[in-house]
Amino acid sequence: MSTPFLSVRDLRVHFSTHDGVVKAVDGLSFDLQKGRTLGIVGESGSGKSVTNMAILGLHDPRNTTMDGEILLDGKELITAGERELEELRGNKMSMIFQDALASLSPYHTIGAQIAETYRKHTGASKREARARAVEMLRRVGIPQPDIRVDDYPHQFSGGMRQRAMIAMALVCDPELLIADEPTTALDVTVQAQIMDLLKDLQQEFGTAIIFITHDLGVIADIADDVLVMYGGRCVEKGSKKSVLTMPEHPYTLGLLGSMPSLDGPVDVPLSPIPGSPPSLLNPPSGCRFHPRCPFAEKVSGGLCSTERPALEITDGRGSACHLTPEQKSELFADYATSRTN
Amino acid sequence: MSSTTPLLDVSGLTKHFPVKGGFPVRRTVGAVQAVDGLDFQVAEGESLGLVGESGCGKSTTGRLITRLLEPTGGKISYRGQDITHAGRKELAPVRSEIQMIFQDPYASLNPRQTVGKIIAGPMEINDINPAGGREKRVRELLEIVGLNPEHYNRFPHEFSGGQRQRIGVARALALEPKLIVADEPVSALDVSIQAQVVNLLQKVQQDLGIAFVFIAHDLAVVRHFSQRVAVMYLGKIVEIAERDDLYGNPRHPYTRALLSAVPEATVDETPARDRIRLQGDVPSPLNPPSGCRFRTRCWKATEKCATEAPPLVQVEGNKPGHLTACHYPETEETVTAPRLAKDPEAAS
Repeated sequence: MSTPFLSVRDLRVHFSTHDGVVKAVDGLSFDLQKGRTLGIVGESGSGKSVTNMAILGLHDPRNTTMDGEILLDGKELITAGERELEELRGNKMSMIFQDALASLSPYHTIGAQIAETYRKHTGASKREARARAVEMLRRVGIPQPDIRVDDYPHQFSGGMRQRAMIAMALVCDPELLIADEPTTALDVTVQAQIMDLLKDLQQEFGTAIIFITHDLGVIADIADDVLVMYGGRCVEKGSKKSVLTMPEHPYTLGLLGSMPSLDGPVDVPLSPIPGSPPSLLNPPSGCRFHPRCPFAEKVSGGLCSTERPALEITDGRGSACHLTPEQKSELFADYATSRTN
Repeated sequence: MSSTTPLLDVSGLTKHFPVKGGFPVRRTVGAVQAVDGLDFQVAEGESLGLVGESGCGKSTTGRLITRLLEPTGGKISYRGQDITHAGRKELAPVRSEIQMIFQDPYASLNPRQTVGKIIAGPMEINDINPAGGREKRVRELLEIVGLNPEHYNRFPHEFSGGQRQRIGVARALALEPKLIVADEPVSALDVSIQAQVVNLLQKVQQDLGIAFVFIAHDLAVVRHFSQRVAVMYLGKIVEIAERDDLYGNPRHPYTRALLSAVPEATVDETPARDRIRLQGDVPSPLNPPSGCRFRTRCWKATEKCATEAPPLVQVEGNKPGHLTACHYPETEETVTAPRLAKDPEAAS
């Protein structure tokens, strides 16, 4: 296998706060190839956004400690200086945020904001940059782009703003695109449009995409591979199909069981995960999921509460759980039958 | 349908918010037609789901039913009593029977009051003294919603989002209401917590026989919770039916498009439900399209749709109680929507 385009190794991001050290990301590793989409799923506070801010170098160095390795096309990003990062951001890697209204400047026209990024990285003239902005708006499906380019963000609807954000993120043909919950604030019909757009653009440019979401349904639609995060760690990783149809970690299983579906049984209650997500100030010992795990007592010797399960990956598939494969197939079986009915 | 009076009867309900403008004298220059002629009933102990995209008027409807807003037109009857324009005094007894659960569990609880005081609030206002005292009742309520009764004296900030939403449910239950309007009660919560709260609401509904108007944008959650579902678009109900009829046999093109746009956590080799790609955005309710409001995004729209608003009726092929507002309702066979090939193999 060729060297991956993006490689994250044992990433640790810790914040020092008044109450102590928050271990937001605690030993995370993954690879991403060009033209592929990695979906990162997790609940609030699982560290998914922090990971991606770390890749872009957006954390405040005054209260953040980062350890590990982030290699983008062979270049180390954690130790890179601010100027080097600035060179990469918006150019080689860029990001789409959840709240498009808050991420666009209300005082500048959409066109000016897109053109600014382009001029900074290519040194193009104002006229060239404007033409490029119109071209990008056309590509993301904004009607009458030569007129709308002079509009302000408040004149756009929610879906159009998100399209404008995508246009801005893609203006320099980045090789890595990080989309942080880009559709969460949108209605389903518009969400479907945006996901189609991202898929089309990826096909056209071969961009590597990291897609962060809490919605497994969105993952099923857009991702090639899935990484499930819990309490700052990766608990399960694999191809979309294997993770969604044959989850290996009780947490993933719980997430799937919590989701009502459009064609599942209706008169049975959902099977939620008891309890609530852990505090990262004082995370549970051992496996961070063990206080909520329905199977924790099946592991002999109370291993779950004392020892951190290793994430063993073979062929890109693996999970961090103390249960043996035999135990899993037995314990998860009830679940599998209830899902297919 | 039964011949007895429904718990809640809404007919022709309309709410227009005036838009002021002009100089030097500000006068009304237009109106946001948030809700425009709704008809529906809620029977005792029944759960009606209200779905739609942002701006379709579902929250406004909830606030009109609870009379937090004054309707512009139409009629709301609660147990046969007209409460459309009822005054404060007249409303007081009704209000204790209609309660509301809000979306944001952070904004809807007073941070300076203890949980005990928050939940006892409705009893205090209505001067109700249950047997054994208010505190005992509050502890019971905490127990019902799955919180530790010992946490009576804690403040909201000591609870997580899911637990706060449970406090909101306990407060809504305090007066033993007949009807609860739940406005997006789970959309601010994490997936694993969402399921806990949905289960709690379902248990409450079944055990205590409370009728619900469940407002949400998540079609799967609504399907799980509601016996009957109404789909709203730009201030109007476009389709209303029993749950299984609506999800199994959607007749309005919008309902069908909405259902097909929901991403599901299943990996199908051969996708059964192709996706219908709707063009554009929801038009502004300031100046909604003439005739059928969905026609600007509908692939079937004709001259007739622009001139004639389709009535909400039982179109041919619908079961009783399944009403659709469309001139050209969808059927199982004639699927004429522009489809998008959703084949992962062909796409890669």
